[in-house]
Amino acid sequence: MEPTIDRSPDVADEIKTTTCYMCACRCGIRVFLKNGDVRYIEGNRDHPVNKGVLCGKGSAGIMQHYAPSRLTAPLKRVGERGSGDYEEISWEEALSLATEWLGEVRSTDPRKLALFTGRDQSQALTGWWASQFGTPNFAAHGGFCSVNMAAGGLYTFGGSFWEFGEPDWEKTEYFLLFGVAEDHASNPIKMGLGKLKERGVKVAAVNPVRSGYGAIADEWIGIKPGTDGLFVAALIHELFEARTVDLDYLVRYTNAPWLVIQAPGTADDGLFARDDEGNPLVHDSTSGALKSGLLPDVAPALNGEFELADGKKAVPVFQLMAERYASGVYSPERVAAQTGVPAEDIRRIARELAEAAFEKEIVLDVEWTDWAGRTHDKMIGRPVSMHAMRGISAHSNGFNTCRLIHLLQILLGSIDCPGGFRYKPPYPKAIPPHLKPAGKLGEVAPDTPLPGAPLGFVEGPEDLLVDEAGEPLRIDKAYSWDAPVAAHGLMHMVLNNAAKKDPYGIDVLLMYMANMSWNSSMNVPGVIKYLTDKEEDGSYTIPKIIYSDAYFSEMVPYADLILPDTTYLERWDCISLLDRPISEPDGPADSIRQPVVTPDRDVRPFQDVMIDLGSRLKLPGFTNEDGSAKYPGGYPDYIVNHERTPGVGPLAGWRGEDGESFGKGAPNPDQLERYIENGCFHKHHLEDHQLYFKHANKGYLEWAQSVGFIGSADPVVFQLYSEPLQKFRLAAQGHGAQLPPKHHRRRIEMFFDPLPFWYAPFEGASLDESDFPMHAITQRPMHMYHSWGSQNAWLRQITAQNKLFMNRERAEQMDLADNDWVWIYSHIGRVKAQIALMEGVNPHTVWTWNAIGKRKGTWGLDNDAPEATKGFLLNHLISELLPERDGGYRYSNSDPITGQAAWYDLRVKIEKAEGDAAEESLPRFEPLHRPNQKPRPDELEFGAQFRETPL
Amino acid sequence: MTTLPETTQKKLGLVIDLDTCVGCQACVTSCKEWNTGGYSAPLTDQDPYGADPHGTWLNRVHAYEVGDGAKSQAVHFPRSCLHCEEPDCVTVCPTGASYKREEDGIVLVNPDTCIGCKLCSWACPYGAREYDYKVGVMRKCTLCVDRIYNDNLPEEDRVPACVRACPTGARHFGDVADPQSDVSKLVADREGYDLMADFGYKPQNKYLPPRPKRNGSGVQAIETSDEPTTKAHQTPGSALEKLFSWADQKLSR
Repeated sequence: MEPTIDRSPDVADEIKTTTCYMCACRCGIRVFLKNGDVRYIEGNRDHPVNKGVLCGKGSAGIMQHYAPSRLTAPLKRVGERGSGDYEEISWEEALSLATEWLGEVRSTDPRKLALFTGRDQSQALTGWWASQFGTPNFAAHGGFCSVNMAAGGLYTFGGSFWEFGEPDWEKTEYFLLFGVAEDHASNPIKMGLGKLKERGVKVAAVNPVRSGYGAIADEWIGIKPGTDGLFVAALIHELFEARTVDLDYLVRYTNAPWLVIQAPGTADDGLFARDDEGNPLVHDSTSGALKSGLLPDVAPALNGEFELADGKKAVPVFQLMAERYASGVYSPERVAAQTGVPAEDIRRIARELAEAAFEKEIVLDVEWTDWAGRTHDKMIGRPVSMHAMRGISAHSNGFNTCRLIHLLQILLGSIDCPGGFRYKPPYPKAIPPHLKPAGKLGEVAPDTPLPGAPLGFVEGPEDLLVDEAGEPLRIDKAYSWDAPVAAHGLMHMVLNNAAKKDPYGIDVLLMYMANMSWNSSMNVPGVIKYLTDKEEDGSYTIPKIIYSDAYFSEMVPYADLILPDTTYLERWDCISLLDRPISEPDGPADSIRQPVVTPDRDVRPFQDVMIDLGSRLKLPGFTNEDGSAKYPGGYPDYIVNHERTPGVGPLAGWRGEDGESFGKGAPNPDQLERYIENGCFHKHHLEDHQLYFKHANKGYLEWAQSVGFIGSADPVVFQLYSEPLQKFRLAAQGHGAQLPPKHHRRRIEMFFDPLPFWYAPFEGASLDESDFPMHAITQRPMHMYHSWGSQNAWLRQITAQNKLFMNRERAEQMDLADNDWVWIYSHIGRVKAQIALMEGVNPHTVWTWNAIGKRKGTWGLDNDAPEATKGFLLNHLISELLPERDGGYRYSNSDPITGQAAWYDLRVKIEKAEGDAAEESLPRFEPLHRPNQKPRPDELEFGAQFRETPL
Repeated sequence: MTTLPETTQKKLGLVIDLDTCVGCQACVTSCKEWNTGGYSAPLTDQDPYGADPHGTWLNRVHAYEVGDGAKSQAVHFPRSCLHCEEPDCVTVCPTGASYKREEDGIVLVNPDTCIGCKLCSWACPYGAREYDYKVGVMRKCTLCVDRIYNDNLPEEDRVPACVRACPTGARHFGDVADPQSDVSKLVADREGYDLMADFGYKPQNKYLPPRPKRNGSGVQAIETSDEPTTKAHQTPGSALEKLFSWADQKLSR
């Protein structure tokens, strides 16, 4: 007799929707609740991001939510920094203290507040808070994450990978994947790969490491780190050689025909020839005259030299491109040795790309109207798509490499066409978006808001934030000659610069969700020193540090005031189109988090706290005229009622008093209820004729303007040749009103090339290769990336120790065997780690999982946890500064254009750890002490409480 | 000793696509999350924040490489109970706690009669059973028997949690005895196979092998690089002059 089992047990008392926060993917989830506990979390089938699926992290969310590392109450430091000696204080005391510290800064010199918010998903709020406070010193973690990708895309085609666009998974016929991609975006790429596999579409993965995506790819190209740009330039070379370039597309949608002034030594050399109205000129082959390149129906020449009215000569962009990329410099033979990719493979892949683009052309019978009002009865697609993220981004040549990838896409005619790479609204935007950084001389004053947002897009030297001497105005030196296009700031330099008072000292450092004293910094030992450096009088050089986090991370013990945050299931949040959208190509989308459980600790959501502080400080945007708080209901009040410009607020859906408007409309008091009814998200579906060619599609552009996404319905003309970059180069050559200080000129002139190019990453170029023959990089475990610590009781059973992976053959040549312990040397230090051998890694490369290593005493783990005894970080080996240049100046170890931290440039040598028998990683840092640490459970029996009969 | 039903009305099982699995662990943690509060509650964890964290899981994914050097391949291999037609883990059970359901062929453990003797885990060649040290009973994949018939879930969600979560769509659920079922067709199309078929346990779960790697764009090779395809290509002059001559077409914006 089979036992009778309950086929339909109760699954939940209630199921609430909200948004995951275990990484930056922001999937829709359904949280099953039983007796007030979280029983289960699944993906929301209706949600635009994940459509029901959920990754390994999201599915372990229960353990993140109930982790013993959660902070429990506000803390005030009473011992030395790093000692862990704190006293619990009330929220009133904590907020009063913060208000006192911040108020003093604001009334004297607001730039002495540095507000850096890590993996913040509310930058539309925090950036605005900073500008209301009046400090230019604001950024999130984009400077060490992905600014090269964001800026590379936004300065080239008005979109970018991941959040601003994605492959046309349903129609693409060839997919080229670059670099570490397991992270952004998590579920959408996995879902997309599944679709490609089902349709038999070729997937080629370019990555020094054959990771999970490389494993299922049809072809794995195990390139040498930092040489992707060279590989892509060689592909472009081949497209030119084979004439497999979509000339129609270039003429219609890009600046390929625009004329570039050729007048070396003059102030307008390399700028676009323009007419009296400022329109760029082309040579019209029909009339033989120079005409505005923005007019419809001109037949512009792509090559030739033409004389301008002032007698100067000019040539089309296309000609300059051909001269650069068709030349031998980028021939497959020339790049094969440096990239490690055989010439015949480069040639074949270029041919495959072209075949997929031109031989598998997609024709959709969808009528659409272009920007000039011409109606087309078809949409023609070149079904090749690409994705790239950190593997490209985290190199000092990342901006240029990213631009090269976009050039490759554009030459194939594959941006926003059927089967290609599609924008996600509100993108495309103007190139670059019309938003300049505030904080110029005279714009920062006591008790005064900034006139604009701290972060934006410079279009030339006149937009930089520098003083009369050309020196930086921001603490992180963003938008200075060190990093002119630093659109996300340089979070990785804040502590270094503040401790060295270069360019000046600060008074208060306010950070959120940024583990700066550990895995979110380069040169961890250096950073710990900066956090604890003291003046002669015994005071700390960085006088006051306020930190907000939900968990006891390595950063917490270095703060003076700790504001404990909630977990993601206990909070309101807003994933806004004003910030980092979750849109899909077929329509813009935004979403919210709602609290699905009530905190059992004395914690508050960071955003509520910022709004509270804003009104305590009487910041204009947070205070009514009578001095009362503008958003007394905290973050949800702000989400509904804040208007950035009239009718435009954090959420785009269900606006207007009747809740019927999208994009623009008066605040709707029922807006959050409407979101909750709809599963905590809103999605607007574009009409069929708006779905492709958004950069030049009248129906899309006029609609996008009407809902406030873009300022004008002008077409977005792809900037293959970037004039803003040339303006910086001209300044370096001595032209213009805003000139770089002399010691910056050579560097600016060299790297601000209006056409992208490849150069060797800086760290490798500055070292003797025989001293440090290997590249060292990290990858993201799919089950952990961005999940803010590996303390999760389930996930750490999968990975609790990271080893250093090496190519088996190479290791054997070095007399190294699996599980040996080795020293990893860089030019600033050494780390001891255990190795694991594998086949699928470039022989010149070693790698490890990122952020598994933990410092003893943190994250609610025992001191003998493998994360702390055997795990390690490569961060300790990465210098935040490049070696000294002539004159003694040390640049940050960053991309020279964007300031992106170049942590994938690391070069190392590996030596067997002889004579050190202890099977433990080094260096070892003193264990951190956590105040009021409750005993950790020796055993978990989570779920027992849901049984109908007790055990 | 426990007897098996002579036949089962259905043979429910998972069809797992090794061509699409990227090893993301979504099936592993979603399984743990559902089942630690479901039929098998709880799946306990020992030393969860200490030196040797380990616990009871009903599904794990293994990553390994096959072959050497350039010929090597990486495989991610999800492993859970295969719900065999002739499972020794059931017949070896001294109390009848392990049994194979007549209705659907699911192999289950009745926790009320399991004495934790572990004979079944010795008998299983797939290592698919896990002993829960805290509770003292054997645990294994139930194919989410508390989901697949559950009237409290919408019909589309009546699938195992691992199938519901899988981001790449590498996991499929259905009746492999019904030749018209989607999973049977998939197995037929993709040459799905029984894991270690030689043992003769006749697993109901099937694996789909990695597809052959595609080297090429999928279109017939066109003569692009070697042979001139345009008139411009044949014009005299340097390579760049030839290129410009080709680009010298009258193209309208």
